Amino acid sequence: MLSIKEYQTVSSIAGPLMMVEMVDEAKYGHIVDIELADGSIRHGQILQVENDKVLVQVFEGTRGIDVDKSTVRFLAKPLELAVSPEILGRVFSGLGEPKDDGPPLIPEKRLDINSRPINPYARDYPNEFIQTGISTIDGLNPLVRGQKLPVFSGAGLPHDQITAQLARQATVLGKAEAFAVVFAAMGITFEAAQFFINDLHETGAIERAVMFVNLANDPAIERIATPRFALTAAEYLAFELDMHVLVILNDMTNYCEALREISAARKEVPGRRGYPGYLYTDLATVYERAGRIKDKKGSITMVPVLTMPEDDKTHPVPDLTGYITEGQIILSRSLHRKAVSPPVDVLPSLSRLKDKGIGEGKTREDHADLYNQLYAAYARGKEAQELAAIMGEAALSEEDKKYMTFADKFEAEYVSQDYYDNRPVEQTLDLGWELLSMFENVELKRIDIKLIEKYMPKFRKAEREA
Amino acid sequence: MRTKIMADKKTGRIVKVAGPVVIAEGMTGVRMYDVVRVGNLNLIGEIVELHEDRASIQVYEETTGIGPGEPVTDTQAPLSVELGPGLIESIYDGIQRPLNALVEAEGEFMSRGNLLPGLDREKKWHFQPLIKDGAKVGPGDIIGQVQETTQILHKIMVPFGVSGTVHKISEGDYPVDQPVAVCTAEDGTETELKLMQKWPVRNARQLKNRLTPDTLLVTGQRVIDSFFPVTKGGTACVPGPFGTGKTVVQHQLAKWVDADVVVYVGCGERGNEMTDVLMEFPELKDPRSGEPLMKRSVLIANTSNMPVAAREASVYTGITIAEYFRDMGYTVALMADSTSRWAEAMREISTRLEEMPAEEGYPAYLAARIAAFYERAGRVQCAGTPEREGALSIIGAVSPPGGDLSDSVVQATLHVVKVFWSLEGRLAYQRHFPAISWLTSYSFYKDSLKDCFEDKDQGREMEQMTVEAMALLEQEAELLEIVRLVGAEALSPTDRVSLETSRSIREDYLHQNAFHEVDTHTSMPKQYEMLKTILHFHKQALVAIKADVETADIFKLTVREDIARAKYIPQAEIDKIADIRKTIEDQMKKLHASVAT
Repeated sequence: MLSIKEYQTVSSIAGPLMMVEMVDEAKYGHIVDIELADGSIRHGQILQVENDKVLVQVFEGTRGIDVDKSTVRFLAKPLELAVSPEILGRVFSGLGEPKDDGPPLIPEKRLDINSRPINPYARDYPNEFIQTGISTIDGLNPLVRGQKLPVFSGAGLPHDQITAQLARQATVLGKAEAFAVVFAAMGITFEAAQFFINDLHETGAIERAVMFVNLANDPAIERIATPRFALTAAEYLAFELDMHVLVILNDMTNYCEALREISAARKEVPGRRGYPGYLYTDLATVYERAGRIKDKKGSITMVPVLTMPEDDKTHPVPDLTGYITEGQIILSRSLHRKAVSPPVDVLPSLSRLKDKGIGEGKTREDHADLYNQLYAAYARGKEAQELAAIMGEAALSEEDKKYMTFADKFEAEYVSQDYYDNRPVEQTLDLGWELLSMFENVELKRIDIKLIEKYMPKFRKAEREA
Repeated sequence: MRTKIMADKKTGRIVKVAGPVVIAEGMTGVRMYDVVRVGNLNLIGEIVELHEDRASIQVYEETTGIGPGEPVTDTQAPLSVELGPGLIESIYDGIQRPLNALVEAEGEFMSRGNLLPGLDREKKWHFQPLIKDGAKVGPGDIIGQVQETTQILHKIMVPFGVSGTVHKISEGDYPVDQPVAVCTAEDGTETELKLMQKWPVRNARQLKNRLTPDTLLVTGQRVIDSFFPVTKGGTACVPGPFGTGKTVVQHQLAKWVDADVVVYVGCGERGNEMTDVLMEFPELKDPRSGEPLMKRSVLIANTSNMPVAAREASVYTGITIAEYFRDMGYTVALMADSTSRWAEAMREISTRLEEMPAEEGYPAYLAARIAAFYERAGRVQCAGTPEREGALSIIGAVSPPGGDLSDSVVQATLHVVKVFWSLEGRLAYQRHFPAISWLTSYSFYKDSLKDCFEDKDQGREMEQMTVEAMALLEQEAELLEIVRLVGAEALSPTDRVSLETSRSIREDYLHQNAFHEVDTHTSMPKQYEMLKTILHFHKQALVAIKADVETADIFKLTVREDIARAKYIPQAEIDKIADIRKTIEDQMKKLHASVAT
């Protein structure tokens, strides 16, 4: 083991960065402790080493650090999280230190928070349907174990309610297995974090939860480490303790802004909107930690939340996220205004892993054809809605009117549901058939005729009787 | 045999570490693009810049824990891949490390500094010579063959740079690194010929002549084959915003393309998608041979969380393997998903090297690198004897930020590729897949379509029909504009029929369900029958209108449902599609009769 070396050779400080000179044996990526003149300790990580000069990012910010009296200790190890089964039910800071009143943790081991990439050959394909009880997810964008499915939200939209509902209701059909929730808060408000924590308390799920909390007034640079702490805990629970872990990262936009701050301080060539060119790679090292591994029981399912500035999907944060994650749930401001809740914008939302997670033996044989048809009909209804907005309803053809009626009913009955309404997947599917019963068979081109004959009659009959 | 000088391997010292770039001093005598081993962990890197004895190195592995003072050793060889039996059915990372063997060696998570050879040294292959002792051979000549999989007869070729007289060639079971023959040059130097050879990935392999690619590469995807076809040896790109199905298009091509060998490069993409390929390919059957698809595939997986420098190398590793099979006289298709991640990897390395950036921070050499990569595709006369022709097609996905096609990578790619499949978010939202826009996509290979039918007349007819269908689709865009302005009532009956037909072309022909057992792949004859049926309805409807039949009555005909479901008719029952045309005529006759009375 290397002995820990101390230096008082800080030469410059700028923004969140600090330069230390005349250092020997510094390694890239390792961490340092900084002791200030008043005895308080800050934490930092090495971003670059050149000869004996070391560039350190300081997680807690550099306010109050001076050049003369600060002592820097090189700890010769990367950032680590101390884990043991006791972490369940505990609250940690954004830097992985316990911050509740619980007893001190006796670590079983310490894990590098950067982990290592999963060998693609060792991955197991996610194909176990998770029932969330939310129709727009279960019916149209099914979530499977090991998937990473972000929620693209905007300021003032109810993403907190949706993630809370997910954490409350998500189950795999017919199975009672060990599960856990890992929640990472990055720069969100006390209220938002407390809302989630209270919800876990009410359902008793708090016992099975691990929380890493970096609030809006906590140091911004710390947020870069927070999701990695959370995922290290998740990997430990999933792949060593065989648990099914749901990870919620809220809010990734704040994470990216912290990354941009560091990049700007290092005077790097900026990419779009000032975000660093390596934002994609960096986000991938977070998101790709979701998944399943062959021969391991546990899994990591990830729901990152991000707020799109100005609801702009092409902003670098949602854009790059969408390129890495396996789909996205997009929230719509216009639906929210229409009091449709949850305001899931169905058309641009997508779950890439749905096809292997549904169908006979998983949900029901008609699931795939049904959602294809619902999508197609709703898309056409949406077009009619837009047309009606321009030219008035009178100008629509009979067919367009029918599709518009469908779209309205679809939003009111299918998309809209209470935050405490836990719909079984059969109910969601039947609801789809009921809505489609207003169309003739010839219009339902996306559904196999055999399935129409099997599932449709009872709804058509109910329709007629009504 | 001459032994390599092992003693004076050049060793330097690290002076700087910044992410994936390491700078070392004391590296006198090393060459650009030599592979080096970095630090105490023996990480793999490549020299990308030299200033006197100072070398900048891009490291293919995570550099945490590396610091100044640690050694850097030159291996005196450029980044190369091993070529020989055992490539097929393999899954490699960006620098040809076998991922399956790595799982056994180090577990489910990738560790560092581990270098396993690309080809298994233990496995023996049955070598069957095709020439005799005393034969004169030159570079690229085929000396024998190995039955690698049920699908691939692996030709063993004389490496480039070697020629002379062959002796000691004999049939038998050999591992890849044992000599199967010896080649004596005129000056007396002897070279052992093995099943395996090496080739530096950044150099294109040699060939005799380049030919014009003019044979259609049939993909079984209707919108591609009928309207925007690609050829054996051609190049295509698929740009589109996220969620529009780039990867599904790439997977579909990898599954159904009529190539002998498929190389699939997952460059900086999702881990689960590679797993999908890995699980599905051994199960799926090639429609031509009935053998599992895996028996003709090589996979390269450098997922987005794996080191960025290896991502930069992965497309080169892929194309070199593809060229090697082309040299055997095979038709090879390479899918690269996504080239944007490759370009971003270049950008990241360039930034760390503190190079002056061009547009969007990309290095100034971006366009040149992209062009040089696509230029490695082509239909060629292979080097060596016997005379043979190989073809290598490249299909690259591009992921422009925000789906903006003015992105540097898209623009640089469009300069060189001949086929452009533009994926549109609007189509994807309607779940119209493949979401290839028929209005903006193009192909320079459309002339090859007619030649892929045995019957010349049928070929010409197909070509004519695609022109007709495309005209209808273009007309639809204009008509919809009119509907939007003045309402559907303003349209003449003829226009209404055109609108319905173009809807039918879109929904019943262009839309194709990749996850439907039958619909996932459509043969050329079936494409011909389907399109013919749709247009037949159109013509019959126009005739009916002239005879004063109401458009509403035409649209109510039940045969339209048959047309819509024609895509689900299996290949074996393809005659049923022709029957639909008879039904159309019968039902139309009845309409005519009702008007007459």
